[in-house]
Order: sequence, then structure tokens, then C-alpha cells
Amino acid sequence: MARKLLLEHINVPGINTFDVYRSKGGYAAVEKALKTLTPDEVVEEVKKSGLRGRGGAGFPTGMKWSFLAKPEGVERYLVCNADESEPGTFKDRYLMTHIPHLLIEGMIVASFALGAKTSYIYVRGEMMPQIRILEKAIAEAKAKGFLGKNILGTDYSLELYVQPGGGAYICGEETALLESLEGKRGNPRIKPPFPAIAGLYGCPTVVNNVESIAAVVPIINEGGDEYAKLGIGRSTGTKLISAGGNLRKPGVYEIDLGLPAEEFLYSDEYCGGIANGKRLKAVVAGGSSVPILPASLFLKTINNEPRLMSYESLADGGFVSGTMMGSGGFIAYDEDQCIVRNTWNFARFYHHESCGQCSPCREGTGWMEKVLHRLEYGHGKMSDMDLLIDVSKKIEGNTICPLGDAAAWPVASAIRHFRDEFEWHVTNPSAALSGNYGIAHYADPLPKLEVATS
Amino acid sequence: MKVTIDGFPIEVEAGTSILNAARLIGGDIVPPAMCYYSKLEGTGGKCRTCLVQVTKGSEKDPRPMPKLVASCRTTVMDGMEVKNITSPEVIEARKGVVEMLLINHPLDCPVCDQAGECHLQDLAYEHGAAKTRYEFDRRTFEKIDIGDKIQLHMTRCILCYRCVFVADQITDHRIHGILNRGDHSEISTYIQKAVDNDFSGNVIDVCPVGALTDKTFRFKNRVWFTKPVEAHRECENPKCCGKVTLWYKGEDVIRVTARKDEYGEAEEFICNTCRFDKKKTSDWVIEGPRKVSHKSVINSNHYDTLHPLPVVKTNPVLMEANKEQFERETRL
Repeated sequence: MARKLLLEHINVPGINTFDVYRSKGGYAAVEKALKTLTPDEVVEEVKKSGLRGRGGAGFPTGMKWSFLAKPEGVERYLVCNADESEPGTFKDRYLMTHIPHLLIEGMIVASFALGAKTSYIYVRGEMMPQIRILEKAIAEAKAKGFLGKNILGTDYSLELYVQPGGGAYICGEETALLESLEGKRGNPRIKPPFPAIAGLYGCPTVVNNVESIAAVVPIINEGGDEYAKLGIGRSTGTKLISAGGNLRKPGVYEIDLGLPAEEFLYSDEYCGGIANGKRLKAVVAGGSSVPILPASLFLKTINNEPRLMSYESLADGGFVSGTMMGSGGFIAYDEDQCIVRNTWNFARFYHHESCGQCSPCREGTGWMEKVLHRLEYGHGKMSDMDLLIDVSKKIEGNTICPLGDAAAWPVASAIRHFRDEFEWHVTNPSAALSGNYGIAHYADPLPKLEVATS
Repeated sequence: MKVTIDGFPIEVEAGTSILNAARLIGGDIVPPAMCYYSKLEGTGGKCRTCLVQVTKGSEKDPRPMPKLVASCRTTVMDGMEVKNITSPEVIEARKGVVEMLLINHPLDCPVCDQAGECHLQDLAYEHGAAKTRYEFDRRTFEKIDIGDKIQLHMTRCILCYRCVFVADQITDHRIHGILNRGDHSEISTYIQKAVDNDFSGNVIDVCPVGALTDKTFRFKNRVWFTKPVEAHRECENPKCCGKVTLWYKGEDVIRVTARKDEYGEAEEFICNTCRFDKKKTSDWVIEGPRKVSHKSVINSNHYDTLHPLPVVKTNPVLMEANKEQFERETRL
């Protein structure tokens, strides 16, 4: 059983309270960082750890921190992006619900490293219970002297605020989040300037995912080099995967990066295989915006090597036969799921969530949604597939923020890998409404039917 | 800083955007811009029609940029090399953007007051396909009167945000903005509040399409039947320059607008008194007829391509005489 870094004490009763968290070794990283390390040394540790951003893009966190501009006399801010709204991803909510002090501890250490005197946790508006949990935890930490003026008797002071969002997916994009935090309409900003130069209120700002910030705690406790020993290649450390879909044991799992995908999917320690004895048809490996993969390509790369749960291995094969780590929203589909309907559902989501600022995404997402709706409900045409690919190409890469890409990839990849299912929807519209296409050759060779255990 | 656009080198100041550098060169290599407005701070980057390809980042870092960039919001670097009309990818992407802009546009040019001076119309003629691939209902909105002089026809809007920036930067305060998101987003005021401000009329000038129209001019005439004349007056409003274009139909001034440059941008903004209330020749000092580019539909009276009679095609004298017309046709 692999070691847990983030979720080690998750099952301890009362771990959401300060006292229990502290008795399990919590806030040791704050003491170590504030009393024995300088801010630059903390950044150096994070750099050594090779920690990559857990929000989706996978940009090295230490690098991001070292890019932060540090002009004299200008405030710097750390903002935690807890606007987790990617369909299929629920790891941050889990972390914040059950072990909120881990995030707060990470925020203190990270703010100290960046020299931020004020930090914000921007939480998705729908997560009101988590906002209350965090505010309670902040009050506890403040009462014990871990937040506020002169933390632990050092000359470092930090105020930490929780800001509920308005409930828009786009506010998870870092510049849109900053706009929203400033009280404006959550439209992504045009980059450059990047937030590291001019972010919140025009000041240098670092925006990090909840999990990235939480991962700073074990890095400081054990040292960056120790952390880097976990994982594989440039994917170091552990990652929370929120597994959902037709799995026997859906939930949030902490894995060492580099775990074989097959083991993650089928072993009893993790997802435990496909529910109800069915077979795997397709996998979305990192949240709705990454390309979908058929079972055969998910378990083995195109070169017939076993696929691993790591940034590099999942991306093996590029967009032709690979996918992305994304935010770790793992969705498995069994043989009874309809890929056309799923693709339409994703497209509907992106249509609904497009901010409407730049034209390709505003108009294109709606167009794709309408065409997919038509296909799903039996009014499609054979030319629709090429139309969808063409529209997705016109959106991809031509927009201000990555939402356009995120909307285009699932559609393009679904048609790339499941074109015969789309065509079947056109040729057999009535059958497509009542039944489904089944597994076809996507799991070629077909694995043995699992025996239903329940 | 030296920058090369489609092979044309030019020296520009640091901080200039690629689009403005291209405008300094001029000609066909200037990327079209629907949302960028040089007189308004912060505009641009939204419509994506001005996408260009940067094949060489700078002298120091010669790597090409991975994606197409919005030329209006990308500043030049020394030694940068940019491809606009020489890059097939740019043309393809621009075609895509124009198609996207048109899918929810009502295409009611025959009854639209903006027809003839509409950027989207020009762009569609340059890049658009003759047929749409969009087979669904277009989004529609009710027309709204914002104030007694301006009508908002949201159905035509391409959400360039220019009028929002005008309200922020030219008028005292902004009471209209973007509501909702995605393709439902609309320019609107809360509870139909009237936009009433000395400079609110400028939203009509900056609107690249026919979404914001002058109610004193609506359905009076097609722009290409009117005669534009430059004029000025001593305006009482200290912020107003008083320099305008009068649009005559016969003896009557039927419309007053700000003077626009070759990219359709107002040179200086004018106040509502000049725009809506001074519609007599005696109010103005006439400077002379306005020069209209031969490319403009206002000059040529039609968008249609030229269909020469068969005899013109065989007679070399007639061909020579119509040379300019043929050239114009190939441009369209």
C-alpha cells in the first residue's frame, strides 16, 4: 500500500478540528518554515520537490513561485483556487470538507514563501458547507496564533480570507478568478501581463490549486528531495484522483504518480473494477475537458506499453492516442454508456459556462451543442461529424482562455475514437434512442467478463 | 524596434501593438479589427478577427509563438516577424471567426441602418462563405430603446464591448453593461434605465454593427445615398471637439456623426447636442466634401461583384477603360 501524504489522517475522527489535527503532527510545517527557513529556502524546497500544479495545466509550482515579481513597496498576493467545477473532479471539495487545516497550513507556508500579507481562498459559490468549514478552521487557527499578527512570535503576519464565488465555471480560470475576486464580471483577462506580474488589484499574484497548496505541507515537513523520490520521472509526488462513473468503488484516492492505470482501475485498493460485472468502454482520465479515450487505448499506449497514471504517460501519443492528467477527474464508462450522449452533455456544459467574451468560444460552443443534441436525438446527418471536427478546430487555440480548448477537445476526441458510434446514431436513429451501441471493438481484445460480486 | 509584417519591415516604438504597427504600414496587410478601438483603453482581444501568426518572437528569442495571437493586444518585440495575409492558418482561422460571428447574426442587412458602413459586412464579404453551415434558430432579443435617441437591437450585437468602454471612459458613469454569459449575454441596462448622458451618443459610432442605432436616423436612408460633408461648429461643451461629418440627403442634414478614419474609428468624440440636435446647415461651418475611400460601398454604391457585358471582355479599349473596376472586383 502506497504511502499517503495528504490523506494520511483523513479517517481520524475529528481531524477537521484544530486540536486533533495538531495532535497528528499538523502545523509542523508552519513551525519549521517560519522558524528555521527563509522564504527563498521554502521556494527552493518546492522547486526541488518537482511539484506540478494540480489544477489541470501541470505547470511546476516552484517555477511559478519564482516567477513572481517582487517590486519594493507593492503588496503581493497568494490566491488559492478552490473554484473546483470541472465535471468529474471533486478532490478539492473532499480535501476541504474533511481536512481543512491542511489547506490552511499550506496557505500559511506558501504565503510566507511568497511574502504575501493577505491571502485569499476563492471557493466555488455552490460549496457553501465547505466555506463554513474553512471559516471555522481559520477562526480556530487564528485563536491559536497561527494566523493574524506575528505568527508564532515571528515577525510574519498573515490575514487569510475565504471568498465565495458566484458559481461560474469560468472563474476557475486564474485571471477570471482574479477579476471575480476584485468584484468584477468574471471574464478572463488577456495575457500578457501574467498574474505573476500584475494580478489581483494589479499586484503580483500567485494562483494555485487547493491540492498544490496542500502538497506544500508534506514537502516542507519531509524536504523537497524526499517528496521528489515519490512518483516517476517529472511527475513527482502523490496526486488525488477523484474517480467516478461506473466503478465499483468510486471516490477520492491518493495515488503515487506512476501507478499503472490498470492497477488503479481494477485493483481492490483503488477503484475495484467496473461495477455490476460490466466491461470498460471508455475513460476520461482528468476531468471533462481532456480527450476521452477508449478502453484499449487507455490501458495500453499506442506503442503497447502499459499506461501509467502520470502526466507524461497519460499524454503519451499526444492528442491522437493520448489524453491528459488534467485535474484528476477520472470518469469510467461501462459498455452501456452512450458516448454521443456523454459528448453532448459535456458540450452542453461548456455552452452554458462559456463567458461570452471572445467570439469563437461564445458561438462555437453553442453550435457544437446543438449539432450534438441533434445527433443524440436521431436527427443527425453523416456530415455532422466532419462539421463538429471543423468547428472544434476553429475554436481550439483561437480563444483568450483555455475554456475554448477544453470545449473543443472532448468533442474532437470522441469523434476521433468513437466515430462509428456517431455514425450508428445517424443510420439507426430510432435504435439509438432506445438502446445503445455497446462496446464495439474499443476494448479489443475484449477482457473477460467480471463476475458480479454483489 | 524593428518588426516585419508580411515581409514589410517597419520601425516602431516599444509598446506598440502588432495591429498598430501594421496600420503604420497600411494597405492590405492590416488585420481587421471588430472590437479594438484605438481611442479607448483596454479594448481588443475579444473578437479574434485580428489573429496573426508570429513566426519569430524576437531577435533575442526567435522561437515562434505556439498559437495565433490577437494582434491588437500583442506588443511588438525587436526583430519580430509576423505573418498575416501570407499565412494560410491565419486566413483559415479568420474565416472561422467570421463564420462564428455570423451564426447568431440576423443578416438583416437589407433593413439595417448600418449596412454600407458595417465592419461585419465588410469582413463577411472578404472572408465569409456564401452559405452558412449553421442550421438552427438564431438567438433573438427584443429591441430596446435606451434613452430617446438610441435604440439597441441586441440581436445584431457581436459583443465587442466597445460601447461599455465608451461609457466607462467617455461619459460620466456607466449604466449599461453585459448581462448573462455565453451566447445569452447581452448588452443591457438594469430595469430599462435610459442611457442619458452628454456623450452617450458615441456608443452609436463605436458600434461595429447595427446593434446601436441613431433613432433620429433610423430608416431615413441608406448611407450610400447620402452625401458626407465635413463640418465643424463652436460647441459649448468643453469636452466636445465640434468636428463632425454631416450626412446630407438633398438639402437636409439627416445624420451627424463623428469623423471616422480609414479604420472606421472616430477621430474625436462628439457630444449629443452636436449629434442629435444640430441638424440645420446654418448650425455648421462646412469644410468640404468628405473623402470616401474608393473601396467603400458608400462610394461604389453596391457590394455586388462586377458583371461586365460580354463585349467588354473582348474589346481591349473597353477593358483598359474598366481596369480599375476589374481590380476592385478581384479584391472583393
